[in-house]
Formats: sequence, C-alpha cells, structure tokens
Amino acid sequence: MNKILYKKQLSETVFLMRVEAPLIAEERKAGQFVILQLDNEYGERIPLTIADADKTEGSITIIFQVVGKSTTDLAEKAEGDFIETIVGPLGTPTHIKNYGTVVCVGGGIGVAPLHPIAQALKAAGNKVITIIGARNKELLILEDEMKAIADEFVVCTDDGSYGRKALVTEPLKEFCEMDPKPDMAIAIGPPVMMKFCAETTRPYEVYTEVSLNTIMVDGTGMCGGCRVNVDGKAKFVCVDGPEFDGHKVDFDNMISRLNSYKKFESDAHNCRLDQQIKEKEEAAL
Amino acid sequence: MSFIPKEKLAEDAKKILAEYEGRENELKTRDRMKIPPQMMPAQDPDVRRNNLEEVATGYTEEQARLEALRCLQCNKKTCVSDCPVFIEIPGFIKMVAEGNFEGAIKQIKTTSLLPAICGRVCPQETQCQQNCTVGKALKDVDKGVAIGRLERFIADWERASGKVQIPDVKPETGKKVAVVGSGPAGLVVAADVRREGHQVTIFEAFHKLGGVMRYGIPEFRLPNEIIDQEINTLAKMGVEFKTNFVVGRTRKLMDLIEKDGYDAIFVGTGAGLPYFMGIEGENLVGVFSANEYLTRANLMRAFEKGKADTPIFESKRVAVLGGGNVAMDAARMAVRLGAEKVYIVYRRTEKEMPARVEEVHHAKEEGIDFRLLQNAKRIIGTEDGRVKAMECLKYELGEPDASGRRRPVEIKGSEFILDVDTVIVAIGNGSNPLISQTTPDIEVNKWGNIIVDDTQKTSVNKIYAGGDIVLGAATVILAMGEGRKAAESINKQLAEELAEVPA
Repeated sequence: MNKILYKKQLSETVFLMRVEAPLIAEERKAGQFVILQLDNEYGERIPLTIADADKTEGSITIIFQVVGKSTTDLAEKAEGDFIETIVGPLGTPTHIKNYGTVVCVGGGIGVAPLHPIAQALKAAGNKVITIIGARNKELLILEDEMKAIADEFVVCTDDGSYGRKALVTEPLKEFCEMDPKPDMAIAIGPPVMMKFCAETTRPYEVYTEVSLNTIMVDGTGMCGGCRVNVDGKAKFVCVDGPEFDGHKVDFDNMISRLNSYKKFESDAHNCRLDQQIKEKEEAAL
Repeated sequence: MSFIPKEKLAEDAKKILAEYEGRENELKTRDRMKIPPQMMPAQDPDVRRNNLEEVATGYTEEQARLEALRCLQCNKKTCVSDCPVFIEIPGFIKMVAEGNFEGAIKQIKTTSLLPAICGRVCPQETQCQQNCTVGKALKDVDKGVAIGRLERFIADWERASGKVQIPDVKPETGKKVAVVGSGPAGLVVAADVRREGHQVTIFEAFHKLGGVMRYGIPEFRLPNEIIDQEINTLAKMGVEFKTNFVVGRTRKLMDLIEKDGYDAIFVGTGAGLPYFMGIEGENLVGVFSANEYLTRANLMRAFEKGKADTPIFESKRVAVLGGGNVAMDAARMAVRLGAEKVYIVYRRTEKEMPARVEEVHHAKEEGIDFRLLQNAKRIIGTEDGRVKAMECLKYELGEPDASGRRRPVEIKGSEFILDVDTVIVAIGNGSNPLISQTTPDIEVNKWGNIIVDDTQKTSVNKIYAGGDIVLGAATVILAMGEGRKAAESINKQLAEELAEVPA
C-alpha cells in the first residue's frame, strides 16, 4: 500500500502525484518507470514514468494523463488515499554522460519523463537545449521546471495560444541546422511526435533517443506484450528499453500495437489526440 | 476414449470395491491385475468449455482405494527412483488401499511438500509411472498405477478434513534467508529452511504469490485455492512475504546481503522470458506469447469480463504454436474465452509432444483441432496491422536427431493457409535475465541459465539457485527437487556459521 502524499492537477486531463515509495525513491534513476495497480484483484497494471523522487521523504512523483478507466480511477484518488501496488523501478536507466550538446524535446505528457533525464544530463555537464510543446497552453506542463535546467529553452503550442506557434519538430530542425549541430537529441511524447522527431534529425545524423510507453503486463520481461521492432529485431520495452535509437524504431508497427485492445475497450484510449497530431505533423512536412 | 460421467465412474468403483473389501492384503498379483484402471472423473467437456472450474474433479474414496489395490507392492520400486523427490510411493499407496488416508499423507509429506500441486501437474507418465510394473505388464504406460491421481486424492482429503499439519519449526537461530521468486522452487526452499529455525523472506515481483503456478497454469488445471493453501501453511510457519518487489531492480541482489543482512539467498526466478518464432508478421496485433495470454487471463483475471480492468483479445479463430503443457493451457483458455475454432499447430507428432497425456486428452475432448506435422511459416496481416491468417508448412519425420527424437523435415511446396485472427506462441521460455543483468558476478551459461554446482550454489558465495532459472523451462516437480537440494545446502552453510560463533 502506497500513500498519496500530494496531488495537483496540471491541466484538464493531467495530474501529478507524490506517492510514498521509499525503496523505489532510493534506487530509481532517470529514465526508469513504475507499474501501479489500484486493486490487486481486478485492477490493471499501468506503466508510468517516474518524474521525480525524494529520498528523504521516501516518495516518488508520477504524472499521468487520464486516458481510460484505470487512469480515471487514479485521478479520483485524493491526498491520503492509497494505491494498492507500486512496483519498480523498472527498465534500463538512461545512459547519462557528457555528450556535449543535447536537445531534449518533450511533447504533452512526455515532458514528465523528460524532466529527470534533462536534469541528469545537465548535472553531467551537458549543454541542455529544451523544446517543450503541447496542443495548447492549457496542456503544457512543467514549463518552469524545464526552463530552470535549460541552457536554451523553446516552448511552442500547436495553436499558438502560448509561446511559438509551431510543432516541436520545427525548432528541432533549426537546432540541427546550426553549426556545430547538437551531439544528441532525446524526444519523449506521443508516438507520432517521436516518430517525426526521429525523421527530422535523421538527415542530420543526430543520434536521437526516444522513450517508448507500450502495452505491458508484468514489466519484467515475462509477457513480451511490449515488444517493438528495433532495427528489424523484436525488443522488449520493459527490459531492453524503454529508451531506443529513434532512427531504428518501427513506429508504425508500435502505433498499431498500441491500439491492440482499442476495439474491445468501451473506455478507449484517447487516440483522437494522436490522430490530430499526426495530421498536423504530416501537413507540416 | 469416450467421456464417462463421474457419477458412473463412482458407482462402478463402489460395486467393484465391495468384492475386495476386507481382504485387501490377501489379493494375489493375478487379482490385482484384473482390477480396472480407474479413470480420472472430469467435468463434462461441453460444460467445462464455458467455465474456469477444475476439469479433473478427483477420485472418490472408492476409486482411490480400488486404484491403490492395483499396486503390486513390487520390489523394484522404480516409481520411487523415478520420482525427483523420491516419495515412498508403494508405502503410501498401501495405506490408501487400507483406507488409512491420514497415514498416507504423513508418508508423502516426509519428502514432498506440495502434493496437491504435484498430483495435479506432474508429468507422471514420464516419471514415477513410466516404469511401473503394472503398466509394463499391460503394455501401456497409461494403465500403470495412477500414482499422481492417488497423490492428489490424499492431499485433497487432507485439505477437506481440515487436518492440515503445520510443520514444526525449530527455535529461532537469528539467521536470515532471502528467497527470490515464489514459484515451486522458492516455496520448497522457504519451507525447508524455515523448519530449521532460520528467518525466511520470500520476494515476489508480482502482486500475487505462486509464480508460474499462479500466472501460467490456469485455474481449470490448478485452482488458486490450492496455491493459497500452501502459501498459508508457509505463513503460519512464520515465513515473511514481500510482493511487488523486483530483486535486481527494487533492490540489487548483493544489497540483500551487504545492506539488509541476509545470510544466504536462493534465486528461483524461473524461465519467464518468452521465445518467439522469429518469423514474418510476429509483431502484428493478435500475436501473443502464451505467457502474456495466460497472465492476462489467470493473474489479471481477464476471464471475468466486466469485473477485470485488464483487457484480453477477443478471438474467433486461434492458432497455438507448440506442443507442451503451456500450449495446451493457452488453447484451452482460448476455448473458454469464447473462441469458435482453436488449433494446436505442432511440427512433430503427438508421440513427441511434451505435454502431459491427460492434458492432450482433455484438450481433444474440448474440441481443439490438432494440426500435427505442421508449422507456421509466416503470419499474414491486414492493412491496419492485425492478424488475418497464418501460412503453414507440412512436415514429415526424418532421421533421429541428437535428442533421439525423429527430426521433423519440411515438405517443400506444402504451404497452405490457416484462417485465424489470433496466434499464440508457446514454443518455450528462456531464463529471466533480470538477476544476471543486475548481478554481474553471477555466472550464467550461453542460454542465460545460472550455473550452479551440485549443491545448487552459484559462482557467488552465499547465493544459491534452482528451478527453471537453472534448468531452463522444466516442470514443477524438478523445480521442487532443486529447491530441496538448495535448502539442504543453505541449512548446512548456516549450521556451520552458527557452530563457528563462540559460545
């Protein structure tokens, strides 16, 4: 049982929670995730990235978007309530070192997992360029936190309601065209956004890491439900990832796998959002 | 063999037993050989296709006593030497024949800790029953004494009688042992080590205990209630459980010794890494590892639609690849989840199938279509990436290979299409790499199995391993056998350490 210590609504559908999990707080590293479950009998196991951790308090921070039944139930929990199961930290941590200049691109809820990685990269001595974006101002999260660690900072919205009116791929392209070009990029966000970030950097040969959030059950390599094609081979997101070379990931297959249960779920995953982004991204290219 | 209702089996047994009542010990070999082998009563196939309740319902008292009377009490006792934990089989069977069920369970429990489980899931036909004199004489291994069914009967009798004995625990020694994984190997280690008075903590990655017995083997073959009872017994002995704890991630293996003060560790993390075929189309929507399919249905309770939040694929036509118990479980689960047509696709013949004979028999009764000497070549998808068919190839048996089994050889040009919307891959599991990845000092072989010496000790001091993580995917009883051996070594290590402490 893990107590919810703090809860804050970041946007209409996005929530932040600080939850008691002392062992995970102690062990977790940037890039790792947890699986949580609200009810051990009938609950679903939901993978969520660890956005932050506080060893002293013994807590981790999770940020999630309401997309289906389980995340709706989670959003209804209040401070002082309990989450029955949290297991982790899972996944291979991000390989943090001084690469030189790194562009960190976060889209929508993807800014949450990006934050600890950007933080760690900064601490390792990298020049950190940050681009964050969302459909509109209302959906932007962690702007101040990201700004605080960035050497250069760009914020954009699809509709121009805040910051630059652009998709994140536009400023990313501009940074790639600079001399010297960035040594590396990290893109985390909706699958379609990551796909197009990888396509943007490909011609410039800027190595681009993406963090995938696929369907999974156990998170320890046992079910294989999370498998993705990377460079023609099946890789498990839970143990081989969640981070992969974005230029080698078969995003189309991954996106179709994400929709595996869509037609069975009455409370379907909110893919309308992905669809809209896709249309815009395609129009932009 | 056609289906015979359990009422009829019970009634027949009652009548026959009456003829022998009172002269159990006077029967000659000739008399014993005449007793008809007792069939396992089962739910009607048409009924059980729609429920998760246990298929095999277990012998009645009369059936058990009658079956026990078939045992010749021969001197060879190959049954004992062929049992991985050397249960004194003729001894307990004699007591069953006499109606001394309490004596029988005591006898079994001196060597086997989980008889209700082993009686259900052991492959008896390749172990204790394989060389049974009765079966040899009748030239049919299935007509040997049904040792597993008797073991199960006795264990179930004990549970129903409410007389389950909690093993004695010696006074506390102050030593602490960590058991990683709560599958069959881990449970046995926990029990044997706890009995010596050492403190034991079992760490389990999932939210429920039992390992493969919980997430893999379905309720209709091994009810959760049975696993719960074994775990309750351990809890009553004072074993501590930590679920949702992934050793290697939540805490490093070495930290359990260095930071948390455990004196020894047993690693029983199993073979939970599913193999795939490596064929075209395997990542299409509708292709699952048997692990995923069964975990969703069993552990996550997706069978209970409307109650469970975890979704499961709604299939009409399913192909299961493989011929082991896991393949049978997945196929039979698909039937219960409402599939209209379920195939087992296996590239050898039924003789080579590793599945238990009883499971194959039950699967056939439930209408599963066995496609033998056939194998998947590629999986064909729709435009939006979902399975629409599977291309297969036909095979024939060629020369024997290194394992002595005749090698399946593909027949060129024999391609054909199987119309399916779901493919479940059940061709085996590799060892789970989490421990070896996060514990660099521990030696593994090229398949990732942890290397142990003949006392189950790994390359790292104080760390032992056993079960599928050492053997590769095997059986519950072999895992238990390894657990037994590991516990003995751990107990020895701790006893030596305790002896060294100055008084």
